[in-house]
Amino acid sequence: MSVAAGSVEALQAAVRQGPRVLPHGAGTKPALCTPPDDAVALDVSGLSGILEYDPAELTCTALAGTPVAEVSAALAEHGQYLPFDPPLSEAGATLGGVVAAGASGPNAFRHGGVRDFIIGVRFIDGTGRLVSGGGKVVKNAAGFDLAKLMIGSLGRLGVLVQLSFKVFPRPEATTTLRVDLGSTEAALETMAALGLGPIDLDALDFEPPGRLLLRLGGAKETLTARADRLGSLLGAPAERLDDEADVQEWRQAAELSWASTGGTLVKVGLTARRIPGLEAALAQSGARTRYSLGGNLGWLAWPGDRDIAELDGALRSLELAGVALTGSPGRVLLGRIGGGAFATRVRAALDPHARFLEV
Amino acid sequence: MGVPELLTSLRELYPPQRLLTTPAQVTPFESDALTAFRARPEAVVLAETQQEVIDTVSLCHREEVPFVARGSGTSLSGGSLPVEGGIVIALNRLNKVIRLDPEQRIAVVEPGVINNHVTRAAAPHGLYYAPDPSSQSVCTIGGNLAFNSGGAHCLKHGMTSNHVLGIRAVLPDGEVVELGGESTEPVGPDWTGMFCGSEGLFGIALEITLRLVPVAETTCTVLAAYDSLQAAGEAVGQIVASGLLPVAMEIMDALAIEAAEASVKPNYPKGVPVLLIVELEGERKVVDTDAARLREVIDASGATEVNVTEQAEERALIWKGRKSAFSAVGWLAPDYIVQDGVVPRSRLGEALGEIDRMSTEAGIRVANVFHAGDGNLHPLILFDGREQDALHDAEELAAEILRLCVRLGGSITGEHGVGIEKRSYLPLMFAEDDMALMRRVRSAVDPGELANRGKMLEPTHAPEPDTGAEDEGPGTSPSAVPSAGAPT
Repeated sequence: MSVAAGSVEALQAAVRQGPRVLPHGAGTKPALCTPPDDAVALDVSGLSGILEYDPAELTCTALAGTPVAEVSAALAEHGQYLPFDPPLSEAGATLGGVVAAGASGPNAFRHGGVRDFIIGVRFIDGTGRLVSGGGKVVKNAAGFDLAKLMIGSLGRLGVLVQLSFKVFPRPEATTTLRVDLGSTEAALETMAALGLGPIDLDALDFEPPGRLLLRLGGAKETLTARADRLGSLLGAPAERLDDEADVQEWRQAAELSWASTGGTLVKVGLTARRIPGLEAALAQSGARTRYSLGGNLGWLAWPGDRDIAELDGALRSLELAGVALTGSPGRVLLGRIGGGAFATRVRAALDPHARFLEV
Repeated sequence: MGVPELLTSLRELYPPQRLLTTPAQVTPFESDALTAFRARPEAVVLAETQQEVIDTVSLCHREEVPFVARGSGTSLSGGSLPVEGGIVIALNRLNKVIRLDPEQRIAVVEPGVINNHVTRAAAPHGLYYAPDPSSQSVCTIGGNLAFNSGGAHCLKHGMTSNHVLGIRAVLPDGEVVELGGESTEPVGPDWTGMFCGSEGLFGIALEITLRLVPVAETTCTVLAAYDSLQAAGEAVGQIVASGLLPVAMEIMDALAIEAAEASVKPNYPKGVPVLLIVELEGERKVVDTDAARLREVIDASGATEVNVTEQAEERALIWKGRKSAFSAVGWLAPDYIVQDGVVPRSRLGEALGEIDRMSTEAGIRVANVFHAGDGNLHPLILFDGREQDALHDAEELAAEILRLCVRLGGSITGEHGVGIEKRSYLPLMFAEDDMALMRRVRSAVDPGELANRGKMLEPTHAPEPDTGAEDEGPGTSPSAVPSAGAPT
């Protein structure tokens, strides 16, 4: 069952009336927005539009159902961008969906993920009240940081209505180096070394077993010299991708097109040190993997014919956490679940009548 | 149930030299850097281990005695002001850097570790801890986390919460929780982000996983002099519009420059009304290109004098002048109040003009030194507490400035936190439903309001302690006047 609500009041009424609700934007992450039988999908895609954007402020406020692509296009007109590189934006992802999924794209390596750029939120809590947290200015330490809490909240702590972000100037030009280092060990070693500087990379992705993708952004006249210098640090000859090839490479990475195999796409939070363990645990499963943000973010395509419980168990034994974005709905958080009693208590305050699904 | 029973139990937990109860012992803990307020705790415990903190919190919960965690006491919003009838849990001795992992660029530290010491530990690996409140040589990570501290380099690097990846915390009833982890991309709701900046209301962080960043290959600092605050403010706007992303953009007015020169002699250009500091960092190639562009923008912006340096010593001196500006105004007046309201960057000129008008009208001198890139003001309201009504008048002016910030679409605090000082102004920013939700969250986590009661939110569970206004006894009141306290 689905309820389309074009107004905030209608959404509030739906939350108050029950039964349980699950917000639904553009539906690019079906595992997170397909409700179980006893719940209703709340279609928030009608709440769309940029409310405030002043390039001089480096901030932007928009309704939660606004497509990311629309925001990116408006920012690009002024040479600015969302530095957390929201994934699946060409597929139609909305701002609210990106925040609720807590997902950043590969170019977030340079300046940080979605949690580093959200500055304010307005949402409907489990009592149906419209509430705000944070603000619209880039620096703010007043009140509890409810805006950050909504990162990764999976539509289960509130119905997002409006979001404010910091934005940054967009790199004037970009170029990419692609290098195959032959083994996971060599790739991880190079990745760790690059993480210590001196070159500021916009993106640093690892494709097992041994391939690294590195992106540089900045003033056009600096790129060739920087790419040459970066190339000299890699220990193997790198292929350089420019212009359309560079854009295409990262578009595909942000759209996760390599993973559209009909199975389940899972985001895993980790560090590079944990990659060999995860790779070993998945070796027999047929899962494909790719790692972004210098190894802080793992993307995993779990085969459609294998039970997701198997992955849940593997992540649990590695003490890692994952979230399923596509595939059949049901259990979405996999592996280790954090927050403990703090999570239980905060949830009870936000959703005292259990109008939202359990996290 | 109560303080006597708690003290009995604490005597079993702590040796006498780490359980302070006599007036002479607890008096130093009556205030933090917001010296206008003070309150005497029943006891102060000097915890040395995480387990001692957990046990102490559990005992406070059992005996229903409120507690306040304290690091170095540099809060400018009264964040570590004791609660009357409660105890202080001093965390300075939990000062171990537990683990440093340069490959993953993380440090795991205890809450009493001093901000600068994280950088000191990371430096051999070419890494540092980015958030840099001006008090970084003394303030602790636990306090930074609780109040989501900022600093001069937030423009590019963000605030404390952007650098905290994981927290092991004891909740106000003694339960221990693990929030977040080591990844910059956590899974599930950002409980870590929610805990940061909660001003101690959710309990005490025991172990904190911090993100470290590589030291830039080169840093270029530009000092530009202007004839007016407005001209400097406009230059900031032009720099943003040019597409450059400096790590810091700071403005100091004549009074702040004078104070800095009088104290640490940073060798700023002489006799200039306004100074803009802009810093770029990164790869040499990039900084060289950006610095040339920056120079073009600044030259076209009406700067009267421009100095550029890439020398580490010169740069250190420039920042020493800037970061000591708060305490340096002690050279200009016996007392001051500092606010840290935020306005949208494009309304800086308007805000400064208004502050100037208010200051003239009130006949109170205001020095301005602020994070211009963030729109984060720091009006230093100068007064002499020995003069009748001087504190009151200064507080009135401070309140008017906060109202101005909210009216212009900003915030009452960019980095100092609400604490006790700005508690009554929080509802200016948030509607009643927002405030009610914050209170619901607080009471769900801490029904007895034991953790840092009375900070950020009005206490509901227990009456406010005596204000001390009627009697001479110690109380939570502006019974002492502010003096040039620790900077932030």
